[in-house]
Amino acid sequence: MAITSNVQMQSSIKRRRWQMPSRNAWKRNLTGYLFFSPWLLGMLLFNIIPIILAIYYSLTEYTVLQSPRWIGLGNYREMFMVDELFWKALYNTIYFAVFSVPLSLMLALILAMLLNSRVPGQSFFRATFFLPSIVPAVAASVVWAWILHPEYGLVNDMLAKVGIPGPPWLTSEVWSKPAFILMSLWGIGPTAIIFLAGLQDIPQHLYEAAEIDGANVWQRIRNVTLPLLTPTIFFNLVIGMIGAFQVFTQAYIVSAGGPLWSTLFYVLYLYNQGFQYFKMGYASALAIVLFVIILVLTVIVQLTSRRWVYYEGVQPQ
Amino acid sequence: MNTDIYPSKPAKSIPAPSMLQSKRLLNLISKTIIFIILVGAAVLFLLPLVWMISTSLKPKDQIFAYPLIWIPSPPQWLNYVKALNNPSFKFLLFLQNSLYYAVTSTIGVVISCALVAYGFARLRWWGRDFWFIITLSTMMIPYPVTLIPQFLIFKDIGWVGTFYPLIVPNFLGVPFFIFLLRQFFLTIPMDLSDAARIDGANELGIFWHIILPLTRPALITVALFTFLATWNDFLGPLIFLNDGKKYTLAVGLAAFRGQYRTQWDLMMAAATVVTAPIVVLFFFAQRAFIQGITLTGMKG
Repeated sequence: MAITSNVQMQSSIKRRRWQMPSRNAWKRNLTGYLFFSPWLLGMLLFNIIPIILAIYYSLTEYTVLQSPRWIGLGNYREMFMVDELFWKALYNTIYFAVFSVPLSLMLALILAMLLNSRVPGQSFFRATFFLPSIVPAVAASVVWAWILHPEYGLVNDMLAKVGIPGPPWLTSEVWSKPAFILMSLWGIGPTAIIFLAGLQDIPQHLYEAAEIDGANVWQRIRNVTLPLLTPTIFFNLVIGMIGAFQVFTQAYIVSAGGPLWSTLFYVLYLYNQGFQYFKMGYASALAIVLFVIILVLTVIVQLTSRRWVYYEGVQPQ
Repeated sequence: MNTDIYPSKPAKSIPAPSMLQSKRLLNLISKTIIFIILVGAAVLFLLPLVWMISTSLKPKDQIFAYPLIWIPSPPQWLNYVKALNNPSFKFLLFLQNSLYYAVTSTIGVVISCALVAYGFARLRWWGRDFWFIITLSTMMIPYPVTLIPQFLIFKDIGWVGTFYPLIVPNFLGVPFFIFLLRQFFLTIPMDLSDAARIDGANELGIFWHIILPLTRPALITVALFTFLATWNDFLGPLIFLNDGKKYTLAVGLAAFRGQYRTQWDLMMAAATVVTAPIVVLFFFAQRAFIQGITLTGMKG
């Protein structure tokens, strides 16, 4: 087979190159590792060693004051079988992720489509939608705590104007999570801009062809826009999920997990265990579980993506 | 962007004039509706910021007023003086700390990531592809996961309470930006480097004089996003800067809220001054920001 021999030839060339035991190669490797050395150090010191340590600490009882004491899977047993707050935090976080991520993606997509329809002032709108996402999270949280004030807040005032009695938002166990979802929607600007770039990459002739075939606006969106945009949607879904599982600042500032732990999100709980109660072992176990959750999420989305992501001209790998 | 509104193309069939006209009218109507929706959305996006500024200037009796008052009269500029002169919100000190953290980190990230990306993109060395795959997988490690071991390590070497735990890692590379810059460095033809090598240039010279100038937009993107991320960072400074003199604006504002929870005028004044620098930066570097977003697919 011609193709195989070609591949073999290439690989043998490659091998010969790599095996060159000359001074030249030695120098080349040295230069390569010199450029790589900062990150080799950073990777080991701040990523790989901490992960290994986190696994070790998660198997110990460690209160900072005393040295770690080995307790095997004790932390995990407590977490899964005893600790109700762990389940509460997990539930809250999943609730938030399941509503906030798809809702954000949908609204961002709608915004992007509106932006893409060649109305005047596109760059102004783009900048305006982007602006909230760069407001420091602490400042944004403080502002939203005020905006969501049940009596004198902006949101309930606007709701009252259209005749809807405003909910008590952050003071209610039921409404506090929707309040966080609402807050997260303020930051959809960048997602909309990524979608807009994706939309602008779609070749115009496809729309024209669809139009000639008599497709209406909805059919064009359904059959041209969405399939061609799935790689972008997929990318944002993964990033959004990972981000939603790490929400911290808003919960810390706005509600501190309350009322009745209804906004105790996962990383806030991890922070509380580690840096309020100084249970470093238990917090490490929480960290490892978070790592596994994010890993599993990413893998699931990657695997299922093969069925619904359309890469133009490229077979999904 | 210079896309034609009406791309010239051969007409497939010539529609009757009246049909053309009605189609144009329909188009105009739909565009007007879209424009109105966009204006509405823009107002909604801006309202929280307007409300923040409005509240920051209100006299006490107009904060809790019904119906809501939008334009404070007379505007209480003194609120800003009160917020900034507050013993628990040392604005100038916090500003200095924030700038120190953000600027040094930005320099560190740009230098380290460019160097490492150059190694991955433009040099051949033993183990390169292996290390690159490892680098890609470290992108998946969330910060909270390594936070506790990092804290314990930094505590052991006495760095907790200093800026080192926040800044030093940035001088050793950030995987996402290494990946991003590598992609850019790969687009530059290898012949350019080879020619320089024949002329006797060393790798550092090629890196500095040829590659970096050609990838300036990517470097600016990395710098902007690093600045933004560090300026807005909360979790890191909250954990490592436990000394009130080292607070950044973000942590300072959080502490301020802890004390003045219901003094909304002062809270909003403080929030405004924390937000203002980043908004100013945005207005100057707006194009670069938005280009960066589309370049990286990254969120602000």
